[in-house]
Amino acid sequence: MLSKKLSATSWQDRLFDLVVYVAITIVTIATLYPFLNVLAISFNDSTDSIKGGITIFPRVFTLKNYETIFAFSGLMTGLKISILRTVIGTILGLISASMLAFTLSRVDFQARKFVSTFLALTMYVSGGLIPFYILIKNLDMMGTFAVYVLPSLVSAFNVFVIRSFIDGLPYALQESAKLDGANDFTIYWRIILPLTKPALATIALFLAVGQWNAWFDTYLYNGSKDSLTTLQYELMKVIQSTTTNADSFRGRNMTQVMAQISPESVKMAITIVVTVPILIVYPFLQRYFVKGMTLGSVKS
Amino acid sequence: MKAITEKKQLEPKPKAARFWPIFSQQKYLYMMAMPFVAWAFVFSYLPLWGWTMAFQKYKPGKSFFEQKWVGLQYFRELFHDEQFYNALRNTLAMSIMGLLAGFIIPIIFAVLLNELRLQTLKRFVQTVSYLPHFVSWVVAAGIISKMLSTDNGAVNDLLMSLHLISEPIQFMAKGNFFWGIVTVSDVWKETGWNTIIYLAAISGIGPELYEAARVDGASRLQQVRNITLPGIRTTIIILLIISIGHLISIGFEKQFLLGNNLVRDYSQTLDLYALNYGLGMGRFSFGTAINIFNSVVSVFLLLLANGIFKKITKESII
Repeated sequence: MLSKKLSATSWQDRLFDLVVYVAITIVTIATLYPFLNVLAISFNDSTDSIKGGITIFPRVFTLKNYETIFAFSGLMTGLKISILRTVIGTILGLISASMLAFTLSRVDFQARKFVSTFLALTMYVSGGLIPFYILIKNLDMMGTFAVYVLPSLVSAFNVFVIRSFIDGLPYALQESAKLDGANDFTIYWRIILPLTKPALATIALFLAVGQWNAWFDTYLYNGSKDSLTTLQYELMKVIQSTTTNADSFRGRNMTQVMAQISPESVKMAITIVVTVPILIVYPFLQRYFVKGMTLGSVKS
Repeated sequence: MKAITEKKQLEPKPKAARFWPIFSQQKYLYMMAMPFVAWAFVFSYLPLWGWTMAFQKYKPGKSFFEQKWVGLQYFRELFHDEQFYNALRNTLAMSIMGLLAGFIIPIIFAVLLNELRLQTLKRFVQTVSYLPHFVSWVVAAGIISKMLSTDNGAVNDLLMSLHLISEPIQFMAKGNFFWGIVTVSDVWKETGWNTIIYLAAISGIGPELYEAARVDGASRLQQVRNITLPGIRTTIIILLIISIGHLISIGFEKQFLLGNNLVRDYSQTLDLYALNYGLGMGRFSFGTAINIFNSVVSVFLLLLANGIFKKITKESII
């Protein structure tokens, strides 16, 4: 009787396993295929692509699509500004969040409660799009690089994630440094910052991805400023343009260039250029962000 | 700073006398914290002051005192605008669809992932599933419209080759598809990412429970139903309540990027409405009224969700 029961169970289990594997395979393909398809088209000859039928391998391999898009001045400026805002925004964001987190982790800090509440409230209150737009306008930040890093400088969530990490460090380290005559800033810079690295790695990833992926601030504040365009914004313009003409693109010899390759191939090639940096970075940081996500959600 | 001074006066004298000595001792802490208090004041609290615009006939370039007060005129205009009800409907429809799909599917996916026996395969699938979360909505929208396109789009190609349809469907041009497209796009982009918390919760379930179940002859499906799902029950409830709190704040990014003029009646959310009919037309006061409506409703939902949460767990998420 027992053996009968066991075999019934294992038959069910095998079916269950089959369902699991089929479902997982479908999900994986559905996630990965669009990227591979775009990649293949971006490396495929643009007149050949129009015929369709390209799946995950290029049919007529070419680098011409990439050569062409890199000839656009808009794309090169966008690349430069995107890299700049990612680097500067991440560094400033890390310093601000960790500095604030350090002061909030100090139980003896007399303004601690006030600062902490003042900051926490920012997670729940939002003036909305238009008051914020007017604020940026009144601050004379339209058409500046600062609009990319300053308004998003501090995120209360990041501060609290780092603080809960600092709370886990032994306070004795700070006390002994104090006895050696170190001031609070030195303690932060020399002791806390190096020890907080794992938490900072997570936050850095979030900040960098956020900066790299941002497009709306360019659209809203710097849309008419060619020298401050970003890659995402350039891509957005290409994707939004349903017409096949070239007005969505800046740069010299545009009509000539677009005559050479189809807008579809342009879209795909730029998409890849925008996506590749993320593809390179995130698998290596996976360990950190998984930890950071779980930590943040438990504490908040 | 104001809060501190007020507090100081309330407290007994000896403590007040101690404020300045400690202040000078902690001057570095103050120097490290106060710039950010000022920052938060400017970028988070000043926009709230901007809400006054909704009650004025706001003209750029004039000072606050030169603006003309109009009372609730813009709110009356708003509540008489058909577009507003359309935007409200779209916001609610897409947020509820997003809530249901974005809540149920990650749980299923996490359970499925957990059932994969090959650890390397599991890690590979996980890594792949995080990928769409890290690309921008611009990239995602571009890829999605390519996949759904009528010329050589993968979805139409697949449906054609299965003979389910005889000619390509114009997904992006039909309004009644739009809510579904947004929901599916969101699921495609965020499911992998949203499983992280569930997987962490599942890994916290003791293996001895599964062993005991196996000894009792429970099938894998029974184990999922009786051990895994009850084991992550609390996590499920917490995340459900949090997402109810964020129900109406779905923003406009997806709708802006995936939408077009053909589907506007289905794509315009409250935020997009404020962007198009407020900012886009220079009607700052009207747009601010929309933003205020949106913010007030979301704070109300958040408080409501927190209230429910408190009742259940005796803890606050705010």
